[in-house]
Amino acid sequence: MLFHPTIMALLLWSAAAVAGVAVAAAYGWTILMEWNPASGSARQLVLERRTYLVSTLMAVVLWGEVLSLWLFVYNADAMAVMFVGAMCAVGSLNADPYGFPALIAKIALFFLAVVWLQVNRADNQGWDYPLVRVKYALLLILVPAVVLSAGLQYAYFSGLRADVLTSCCSKLFEVDREGVGADMSSLAPMPALVLLYGGLGLTLLLSVWTWRRPVLSAALAPVAAAVFVAVMVSVVSVVSTYVYAQPQHHCPFCLLKPEYGYVGYALYLPLFVGTALAVSSWPVHHFRRAASLAQAAPAMTRSMAWVAAACYVAVAVVCTWIIAASELYYFR
Amino acid sequence: MNHFFARHLYLVDFTVASLGRRRGRNLGLFAVYVLLVFVLASVSLMTHGLRREAQAILESSPEIVVQRMIAGRNDPVPTGAVAAITGIRGVRAVQGRLWGYYYDAGMRANYTLMVPPDRPVESGAVVIGGGIARLRQLDTGDIVHFMAPDGRIVRFTVSGTLDSASELVSADLVLMNEGDFRAFFGFPADRFTDVVASVRNPREVGTVASKIALALPEARVVTRADMLRTYEALFDWRGGMVAVVLSGAVLAFVILAWDKAAGLSADERREIGVLKAIGWETSDVIAVKFWEGALVSLLAFLAGYVLAYGHVFYFSGALFEPALKGWAILYPRFRLVPEINGQQVATIFFFTVVPYTLATIFPIWRAATIDPDTVMR
Amino acid sequence: MTDTVLISLKKVSKIHNEGRPNEVQAVVGIDLDIARGKVTVLRGASGSGKTTLLTVIGCLARPSSGRVALDGRDISGMPERFLTRIRQETFGFVFQGFNLLRGMSALDNIMLPAYPQAPPHRWLRRRALDLLSMLRLEHRADTPVEMLSGGEAQRTAIARALVNDPPILIADEPTANLDTALTREFLGIAETLKAQGKTLILTSHDPRVFEAGMVDHVVTLRDGRVEERR
Repeated sequence: MLFHPTIMALLLWSAAAVAGVAVAAAYGWTILMEWNPASGSARQLVLERRTYLVSTLMAVVLWGEVLSLWLFVYNADAMAVMFVGAMCAVGSLNADPYGFPALIAKIALFFLAVVWLQVNRADNQGWDYPLVRVKYALLLILVPAVVLSAGLQYAYFSGLRADVLTSCCSKLFEVDREGVGADMSSLAPMPALVLLYGGLGLTLLLSVWTWRRPVLSAALAPVAAAVFVAVMVSVVSVVSTYVYAQPQHHCPFCLLKPEYGYVGYALYLPLFVGTALAVSSWPVHHFRRAASLAQAAPAMTRSMAWVAAACYVAVAVVCTWIIAASELYYFR
Repeated sequence: MNHFFARHLYLVDFTVASLGRRRGRNLGLFAVYVLLVFVLASVSLMTHGLRREAQAILESSPEIVVQRMIAGRNDPVPTGAVAAITGIRGVRAVQGRLWGYYYDAGMRANYTLMVPPDRPVESGAVVIGGGIARLRQLDTGDIVHFMAPDGRIVRFTVSGTLDSASELVSADLVLMNEGDFRAFFGFPADRFTDVVASVRNPREVGTVASKIALALPEARVVTRADMLRTYEALFDWRGGMVAVVLSGAVLAFVILAWDKAAGLSADERREIGVLKAIGWETSDVIAVKFWEGALVSLLAFLAGYVLAYGHVFYFSGALFEPALKGWAILYPRFRLVPEINGQQVATIFFFTVVPYTLATIFPIWRAATIDPDTVMR
Repeated sequence: MTDTVLISLKKVSKIHNEGRPNEVQAVVGIDLDIARGKVTVLRGASGSGKTTLLTVIGCLARPSSGRVALDGRDISGMPERFLTRIRQETFGFVFQGFNLLRGMSALDNIMLPAYPQAPPHRWLRRRALDLLSMLRLEHRADTPVEMLSGGEAQRTAIARALVNDPPILIADEPTANLDTALTREFLGIAETLKAQGKTLILTSHDPRVFEAGMVDHVVTLRDGRVEERR
């Protein structure tokens, strides 16, 4: 189902993102190969100036990915009417086996792009660009990631078939088949809530510690990544049901709808920002070993940990508010 | 963080001032930008409005329609089917419908003739839709002649016209009573055009539909959800078609944007050189150029969208009507319900602002990396 | 001795259009120390390499080879991003054609070099107005620069060079377009700045400049090499 304005926009964008990252990587490759800070040659100046192009391209790709992630989810929700049994975005994403992989790849790409840009920001503070090689090697890893994400998205959209009336063959269209799974599997409320608050508490504690002792970012980053998954699982399992006041409706996407006061944005925005910063705090801190970043890298790590901590508090507050304001009660 | 905002505030300030100083320069690009957004937004608002209209109509349409198929073609349904369906568990009400098409050769227009289930029409009288009333300049009390399929001229009195609130569906309607309908078309007395059924529990529509299909093997059962999906796909497909057609325009716009961004005047190059010489960094210049693009984009997007909104909702999309509505003679005269939807805005954004931004990255970077010592040469 | 040396050049060469057919050796193997708080004039005919040397001293360009040290810190291999930062904090430039941005007021032009550092706006405006009144130009603050006379434009350019309060002021051919009275005025301003402790580096082939009493050092260049120092 490629002949659809939003799908075309998303496919065009993913093609542009592949092209953008490919150009960035090609320039990055020349930088990686020829970089020589000791040289005063014109070539070195050309390479230095290319770093600006690469970071600009990456920033645009990042923001485009953010917007396209949003549009992807929004569109999945809008398309639900076209699939038998699909009630919302979950159904549309389940309508083809590549739906959820495409979504997950987009989210992963967002985090990778943030990490790259933060490493880039750190590097730009060291007067001798100490991370140049690391940075452009990382960029080469981003290329397959963005290609994979684009490929999965294409596979998803091209595999979609709207359940549409045709004038021939079958007589009955709304067959009594099992509709595409409208719900996601879920945990029981109690373990889900323990997971949610336990995870948030742990990351909050670690971010505050990292703020005081930046070296702990090595623990914060992997924990934050794991807690992101845990929080998403609890949102699906329990937080969403509180929002809809329906114990059967497990959907992380309907939260974004006006019917529910756009509460999803209040939840996901701090969650994504906090996770992205917590995850990038570690690579950034790792680079304190470069003499020119000995001061700047820990300072950056600390400020990232601080913002991440604020974000986790925000997530916890929003979740608690949702549960407190809900008409649904699991425990009395 | 404060420094970040303060710096950008200064850069935006400079950008606004420099746009003001060179008002003429971006005017051509701006006009094309607005036009592109206008066209895309008009198409999108219009397809969306029509889709909404179709959805609204379907909301009030029957949950299940049963047709009879012979050799893959529609055939009138025997009246006995009504009883057969009524007997199925879960069915609330069943009704046979009579309707068909009539081609008015004189006006070269197609009318829909139907027997209204809920509105008695006197024998020899018709109630007509607004489109027909305008086309044939008819009013209540006038006489109208239709030619039956067998060549007879049949005379009807117009006993009323349909109000314009639902004109998308009613423009071409002619309502008459059952006797007149059967006599006019020579329609067999023991048949209906199709049969509609409503269901007690909306969740059981699928189950009931399959029971009907089982009970009446020659029937074709269509549910409201099937129709909705089909319409949805149809409108998306139309929108996609238009987007493909317009992609040439988007490409042309991208080339124009690239060209405009790359072709800096000597004065602008000198200005960037001066800024760099007095202490601006390459990323400051890139930021200024980006703000310039963002401001132009924002203004063009707003202007184009507002124009499209007016065009579609106040002037009924006069420019694209023929392409998108697809009716031949009897254009329904109606106003779409104004609605802006985030997905559409974002889609148009991806077709205009994003290509513009991508097209200008490289030229901007080239301009921003000129040597700071150029002003000294 | 070393603490009076502000900028030190060792074997500095600069090649324009390196590796291309129109390659030019603009400056060749120059050793030079610029003294703190003094006025140094680079003298020479056009094409002698004095402007190129000025761009290297002022961190506008990197040398093709050789070392440049500012306050004892080697800055010759530094990436542009950081060189710019140093330039912004250390140098103020008065260009030959003044290079004010047309269409903007004198005040806005003066504030421009401080934009990337984003100081509080009120403070920056106050500072620019103070500079204007120091140069007796406060009545022209809101005048578009293209309406200014030659002398006013130069004073605006000087104010712009001073807005970041740099320790070093660089002026390229400052008196090229000025008559005797305005030249005398410029030299007066230069003397005031010297008295405030600023280091001044000028290029000129105007005897009124390099023979002026406040000038401490004159370096004569020819064909990209130092011919004479005094």
